[in-house]
Amino acid sequence: MAGTGIISAIGNSVSETLAAFQAQCSGIGHITLFDSVHKNVLPVGEVKLSNEGLCDTLWMPAHTSRTALLGIYAAREAVKASKVDIKRWRTGVISATTVGGMDRTENFFIDYLADNTKGKLRNVLHHECGMSTELIADDLGVNGFISTINTACSSSVNAIALGSRLIKHNQLDVVIAGGTDALSKFTLNGFNSLMILDQQPCRPFDASRAGLNLGEGAAFVVLVSDRVLEAEKIKASAYVNGYANTNDAYHQTASSPEGRGSFGAMQKALAMSGLSPQDIDYINLHGTGTLNNDLSEGTAIARLYGDRYPRLSSTKAFTGHTLGASGGIEAVFSVMAIREQCVFPNLRFETPIPEVGIVPQKSFESGITVNHVMSNSFGFGGNCSSIIFSKN
Amino acid sequence: MAIYIKGKGNISPQQTWGDSPLLETPVLANGNRFACVEPDYTQFMDVRQLRRMSRILKMGVASGSMALKDAGITVPDGIITGTSYGCLEDTGIFLSKMISNVEHALNPTPFIQSTHNTIGSQIALLLQCQGYNQTYTQRAFSFENALLDALMELQETPAQYFLVGAADEITDTSHAIQQRFGIFTDEHHAGAINGEGVAYFVLSGEKSSQDKVSIHSLATFYNADETALNNGVHQFLADANLKAADIDLLLMGTQGDASEEAVLQSTAGSLFPSSAKGHFKHLSGEYPTATAFAVWLAARMIETQTVPESVSIGKANRPLQRVLIFNSYFGKYHSLILLEAC
Repeated sequence: MAGTGIISAIGNSVSETLAAFQAQCSGIGHITLFDSVHKNVLPVGEVKLSNEGLCDTLWMPAHTSRTALLGIYAAREAVKASKVDIKRWRTGVISATTVGGMDRTENFFIDYLADNTKGKLRNVLHHECGMSTELIADDLGVNGFISTINTACSSSVNAIALGSRLIKHNQLDVVIAGGTDALSKFTLNGFNSLMILDQQPCRPFDASRAGLNLGEGAAFVVLVSDRVLEAEKIKASAYVNGYANTNDAYHQTASSPEGRGSFGAMQKALAMSGLSPQDIDYINLHGTGTLNNDLSEGTAIARLYGDRYPRLSSTKAFTGHTLGASGGIEAVFSVMAIREQCVFPNLRFETPIPEVGIVPQKSFESGITVNHVMSNSFGFGGNCSSIIFSKN
Repeated sequence: MAIYIKGKGNISPQQTWGDSPLLETPVLANGNRFACVEPDYTQFMDVRQLRRMSRILKMGVASGSMALKDAGITVPDGIITGTSYGCLEDTGIFLSKMISNVEHALNPTPFIQSTHNTIGSQIALLLQCQGYNQTYTQRAFSFENALLDALMELQETPAQYFLVGAADEITDTSHAIQQRFGIFTDEHHAGAINGEGVAYFVLSGEKSSQDKVSIHSLATFYNADETALNNGVHQFLADANLKAADIDLLLMGTQGDASEEAVLQSTAGSLFPSSAKGHFKHLSGEYPTATAFAVWLAARMIETQTVPESVSIGKANRPLQRVLIFNSYFGKYHSLILLEAC
């Protein structure tokens, strides 16, 4: 990994994000981006830039979907930070998103429903998930390979894993991999209809947790081969050391009580990396804050570790659940943990979940040894992915 | 490296499932929109499950079942799906209700089933398949990305069986919006017909004596001009250790609209002068994952060593050892998929 880029509710860059963690400053607040009956009721993690602000900063046309804008924002930072001349190599862009251009489609639909000759077509131009990836690739000047993954909330871990595999198979030299998802009324109402949104700021892994807060954002990492590393005379900030993708095959939205999918993903990722569970210094949990996820994931961790689990935390109390972007965002956090030798707090934690008794990291802590980080991302449809990043 | 086709299931605008001979009675589009010829779904799942599923989910589960049955496999090692539009019907239902009910009292089922990975995960759930599960949604590379993933997975561990396929549906809404964009309107795009379809294949890296067709390699070209595409085709053939003349049939994804496929036509004509030519989108319609239909068609042609009259343009007078699918999607997405007789 040669560079990272991120935009989320807690900052518009890698350095702002680290500062927010150090200050233990959450990004959860009221909805300001769109009108909704849930305004002032359901808290969310918004990126603190309007569409107009993003378009101005990025020099993009006003009708661009927010998903694409956030993606371009983070991808540019990642490429710049990598110092890799991406035009020189066989370069690919692999993004992940669950809603694509839904933030605009849902506005189109209001007029379209009333009269199907109405509704501005430019608002559905970017509807398809793959369109946001086209816009990111076009912006970076990449046409070698493009792909988009949508395995719900595990999507961008799979994007990073695919990028690593394409480099391993010598199909590509450089891959800009990650994910992007904008907040939309569609997802807000979807999760609300499932009754898994907390009306308070979320409390992942706490006994009193009552659901998740939705967030938005984008994050990308620049993956390069050894050859590129050498030729560009750059230093890797971390290495992708193992990954796995399994399916819980239990229920369309709920995780199995024993966390069989998540357990399998962690176990297989560890097997690929050749590491033992005890080698992992920090686990960035999926930890959405729903009753079901945290119990299921906690059970899987307890099965894997017993009482001797490493430092672990969910960062979703800071960012909200950023859906298809979450794996990318938390990959950037993982690399940050390795580079800064630090771990992030699990905000608002007070009481362990009685069934599993796991006590997550309570405060920002630096000056510790972080060589290996595991990050979990699980999604609807039983899709479970785990990925391991290492210092060397 | 090749992967072997062990089983196929295809629900398309043609009669592509059941025992009928290959494209015996081609179905012609009525106007500018095709619709799939659908089977009786009760043979694949019980009525209770069916009631909860949208059309694309039913087609996905049914074509997946057909492919697995054809291969004699009950549970695959992994499931990889490509879909550009995902589950449009349920997306439309949830959006409409959200707007008409002003965000109140919404049924979560269409939301749950609106995400693109619903198709692959529904199959996993019904089969209790806990293995690798992936969904690609890169417009007209969605199926190609799925195949590439399978090629890499099966190269690493050949002795596995993967269920790999693609699904895209037309809804009244999607058709109406595409027509407003000027696509699939009779006036401007005389030949392009809106299409849909779901096809799954069971693929393995391990060859058996019963195998008749393998998928050898593939390539995708995004935003390529004629020069880049020419170079790409040359490189593709060189990587496969082939000359253009080794391609017995070039199966082209021309959609019938001259302005959108000029680059494909001219590249195909100049690079493959001695190969027989065929086309398929007048049978499948144009949609982002139409190449899954083309893989099914190419595999059936190799198996039966026949090129149906409805496919052939220019006679194929030699045995079909290699079929190369050369697709174009509105000039922006080009792809190559090479199939070989075993």
